[in-house]
Amino acid sequence: MTMQKIYLAIPLLPMFAAIIVGLFGKQLPRATAHVVTILGVGSSFVLSAIVLNDAMTAPAYNATVYTWLKSGTLTFEVGFLVDRLSAMMMVVVTFVSLMVHIYTIGYMHEDKGYARFFSYISLFTFAMLMLVMSNNFMQLFFGWEAVGLVSYLLIGFWYTRPTAIYANLKAFLVNRVGDLGLLLGIAMVLYYFGSLDYATVFKLAPDFAAHTVYIFPHVPWSLMTVTCILLFIGAMGKSAQVPLHVWLPDSMEGPTPISALIHAATMVTAGIFMVARMSPLFELSNTALSFVMIIGSITALFMGFLGIIQNDIKRVVAYSTLSQLGYMTVALGASAYSVAIFHLMTHAFFKALLFLGAGSVIMGMHHDQDIRNMGNLKKYMPVTWITSLIGSLALIGTPFFAGFYSKDSIIEAAAASNITGSSFAYFAVLVGVFVTAFYSFRLYFLVFHGKEKWREAKGDSHHHESHKVDTHDENNHSSTDAERAHDSHDTSHEDSSHEEHHGLSPNDDPHEPGWVVKLPLILLAIPSVLIGYLAIKPMLFGDFFKDIIFVNHEAHPAIEDLTHHFNTVLHTPAGMALHGFMTLPFVLAASGVLVAWFFYMKRPDIPAAIQHRFSLINKVLENKYGFDSFNEKVFARGALFIGNKLWQIGDVQLIDGAFVNGTARLIGKLSGVIRKLQSGLIYHYAFAMIIGVFLFLTFFMKT
Amino acid sequence: MLNNLLSHILSLSIWVPILAGVAVLALGSDKTPNATRWIALVGGLAAFAATIPLYTHFNFAYGGFQFQEGIRWIPAFNINYHLGVDGIAVPLILLTSFTTVIVVIAAWEVITLRIAQYMAAFLIMSGLMIGVFSALDSILYYVFWEAMLIPMFLVIGIWGGPNRVYATIKFFLYTLLGSLLMLVAFIYLYYQTGSFEVVDFYALPLGLKPQILIFMAFFMAFAVKIPMWPVHTWLPDAHVEAPTGGSVVLAAIALKLGGYSFLRFAMPISPDAAHYLAPMMITLSLIAVVYIALVALVQQDMKKLIAYSSISHMGFVTLGFFIFNSLGLEGAIVQMISHGFISAAMFLSVGVLYDRMHSREIADYGGVANTMPTFAAFAVLFAMANSGLPGTSGFVGEFMVILGALQANFWFAFLASTTLIFGAAYTLWMVKRVFYGAIANHHVAELKDINKREFLILGVLAIMVLGFGLYPAPIIEITHATVLQFISQMHNKIPSVVSAATY
Repeated sequence: MTMQKIYLAIPLLPMFAAIIVGLFGKQLPRATAHVVTILGVGSSFVLSAIVLNDAMTAPAYNATVYTWLKSGTLTFEVGFLVDRLSAMMMVVVTFVSLMVHIYTIGYMHEDKGYARFFSYISLFTFAMLMLVMSNNFMQLFFGWEAVGLVSYLLIGFWYTRPTAIYANLKAFLVNRVGDLGLLLGIAMVLYYFGSLDYATVFKLAPDFAAHTVYIFPHVPWSLMTVTCILLFIGAMGKSAQVPLHVWLPDSMEGPTPISALIHAATMVTAGIFMVARMSPLFELSNTALSFVMIIGSITALFMGFLGIIQNDIKRVVAYSTLSQLGYMTVALGASAYSVAIFHLMTHAFFKALLFLGAGSVIMGMHHDQDIRNMGNLKKYMPVTWITSLIGSLALIGTPFFAGFYSKDSIIEAAAASNITGSSFAYFAVLVGVFVTAFYSFRLYFLVFHGKEKWREAKGDSHHHESHKVDTHDENNHSSTDAERAHDSHDTSHEDSSHEEHHGLSPNDDPHEPGWVVKLPLILLAIPSVLIGYLAIKPMLFGDFFKDIIFVNHEAHPAIEDLTHHFNTVLHTPAGMALHGFMTLPFVLAASGVLVAWFFYMKRPDIPAAIQHRFSLINKVLENKYGFDSFNEKVFARGALFIGNKLWQIGDVQLIDGAFVNGTARLIGKLSGVIRKLQSGLIYHYAFAMIIGVFLFLTFFMKT
Repeated sequence: MLNNLLSHILSLSIWVPILAGVAVLALGSDKTPNATRWIALVGGLAAFAATIPLYTHFNFAYGGFQFQEGIRWIPAFNINYHLGVDGIAVPLILLTSFTTVIVVIAAWEVITLRIAQYMAAFLIMSGLMIGVFSALDSILYYVFWEAMLIPMFLVIGIWGGPNRVYATIKFFLYTLLGSLLMLVAFIYLYYQTGSFEVVDFYALPLGLKPQILIFMAFFMAFAVKIPMWPVHTWLPDAHVEAPTGGSVVLAAIALKLGGYSFLRFAMPISPDAAHYLAPMMITLSLIAVVYIALVALVQQDMKKLIAYSSISHMGFVTLGFFIFNSLGLEGAIVQMISHGFISAAMFLSVGVLYDRMHSREIADYGGVANTMPTFAAFAVLFAMANSGLPGTSGFVGEFMVILGALQANFWFAFLASTTLIFGAAYTLWMVKRVFYGAIANHHVAELKDINKREFLILGVLAIMVLGFGLYPAPIIEITHATVLQFISQMHNKIPSVVSAATY
């Protein structure tokens, strides 16, 4: 098989699997769903590994598959750019996807939408591969929207649940706000560079570094700044950066396997990937880089705080994802694109691991997601326990673990950066280390250690919090809709979606699920430990991204400083880890763990007291800084209000009422008057004739 | 023989469906419903087959009129039966004959009263609309244009909903009043050229002022048909009262008559006025895109919502026309074709629900996906296409027009792009309320999923929507030479896409 055919096969195999299972899944035996899709994704993974191996030595492959359309002098194409960046992404995507496919056999085995689910996740794999393998902006947009579509379908997978179908609509619309920016950015690129092909655009870009455009009359703005910020707005939607982050926590309404695959490991990192891919453009605008960095640091810090007060196991991990995406964005802002991609990769492994671990816990707890009802699960679920511990240690940046290498490099890059906003970013990522360690180990201790709290849990007060939030959120729709959604919720239990089951009864012991769940956990735990140690040298300080990621080292010295420091002081990944024990981030992480241990193991009264004492802060955090209610009140209700007014006043009253029917009424009145003239009485007509003759005569006599 | 047929292919395209319609009227009756349906279907298929050579034998490299044929009709006024098509008309003709087949199948078990008349109305209307797309004599065009209103009037008036009288009269008066001004323009041009030939009109040099008057006269006729804001209010009423087939033809084809006519008459006959009035046209288009999308958001009736959505999508068509670049123009043409498939599919989907529940109110539904999973999959696909998702045909036109609009002005593109948000909002919110959630009531609980016939028509449309989304090149290829010629006809004022690198 030639390489071209392999490139083509990698996205198409999952697509065909998705089509087969999607169209015929119901007719075929149940097992066909996972056999076919796992074959597809598994082959894609093997081929991707071959491609990555090949890309280590071979030059980048950049070619058109087919011409989508031609308009004037413009050609829109579907094509692949396979270099080490895309090859690495392909391996990560297909590997995590494969793990999630296997895991799903266990997680969804009771669900009546079994085949549909496999079809969707395979379709997602196809879309994500199209996105990362693209060699042009149009296909990027295709992949971008297609992953958004699958995300929509999967968040709303249990479509009878009001919370799920609220969350998926919200996710789609918020992402569309970002997509508006991306689309305009693409339009700017096309207008000024005359092409949507990456290679062409990147080659032309430096000539436009000083070019200005007039978005507003008389206000010259740098072309590259405007274009890059527009593109980045797209990344803010997909990669959930403040203020477009609001959809990601709600996306946890989807089944846990897709939270791991889509909303942690792959899709949400598409924005990071895109910016790294566009490094030749972003390097030309310090303003855009500062914008990126500030948005990233806000996300990294403030979303971390929200992780502290969550009690739903998936939401804690979701806020941690938001915060980690902020870290990656900070690295992008510091022009340390390779570091961002490096963290993207390590994060994909350990965050997928944490989510799948959380899913395993949820299964063990009979679909109770409230961490206040858990405890001491290490006794019952040893594999989940150990792998989750590994994931948590990687996440908080424990030296030698994967997350340490990438996260520490981000902190160093923020420190070394000199653009506007970098000192704030440095502060944010440092504080973020403590916060991450604190909420991660709060979760860890509450779930795996301490008392077996489900044994004392009363009633089924758990799991209701999210419902309450939802009823509240539903208000932004018309009241009838909200009421209906609410009413219908109580009757929706009969559907087979098994996450509706409510918790473990006090006398039951949790059980660890079977090997289809444990195997992916173990396979993900391995790279969560090792990948940083193995990959840091080639990816950050070697030639891995040579000619792929472009950095203006004079203007943005961060990555060069890091390389210098590594080569002169640290020398090896092991040296870096040992040195890591003596640095401030490690102290912060360790104290985060200690404080979590003290608060939740030793003195559980303290958090309650703090919550009570600082109720205002607690309230702000519980309301998630008010983003949701603001969006709901201003944007959602505002649009409905304006729409209603435009319809009732504009269409109904003015155009139809005054103009259209008004004209009809006027004609009606006029004809009423004229009708009176035709009375049918001879003497009326005779009289009119006489007047007429008289008038004519007067007129002619005068002239 | 074959060559002889080919040289009259346009006449065949027009008269085969009309004669088929007459045949259905003559042979069919409610006593023999199945025979009537089959005659109509065979007629529709024959009519569709008659239009296929327009594509297969089209000269893609030639931008002028092809398949021309003509006979003198009223020599006293120099009126001719002159037909001919270019690359803009052919896709629309194919869309028309295709949609007619869909409409006939869609009516199969649904229409039980006056079947023959119903089928005949659509077949005849199909021929008349193809006449509009292929007439090169303005009086012939005018006759087809007005004649097409009659079957549509009857379809809404006979098989329509409870408020059909108001809707039909509104529809009829709105379109008729606009058309009368167009007739005045034709007569004026006749006095200038001594002919009713479209090509003679093109050659006529006119000052800006007469051009503006002519343009405005055409505008009144075409803007109503498209419809553009603020002369759009007849469309939601007509859709709500029309039977499913009527809505399908109205949205998929009738609206395109207006868009097509801008390209055939208003713009090339008065090119300076088109440039002069472009700001007005762009403003009205953007109002349609934004204002109408917001209005669509608050609709409670599914058909009204889709009707408003149609107006909003047609805003992209007129926007693409008047930003004067090839991206915008070709995007607008693709948008017309794509909207034909998507709006047809959306109205057919509402029809599927209406046939079962006899309600179009969103509030009467909820959780339909539980009882009609296959149908829900189709509906979500079409909803996504309506939201302009890449990979569906709905994306192509909007994408091209937005790219083109940015070359005219950043804010045109910005306002047009809001459709990404609003289009998704009104479409997917409707999907959420109708299809998702728990089963809302016992009516929904009793719903049966789509049958084979419904599966067939929705499946065919799904293939078209996805096919042209993944490979839109055929539409562009057939229009390309014509678009180039059109651009040069517009006095070369249309700058082709120039990379700023060259200046």
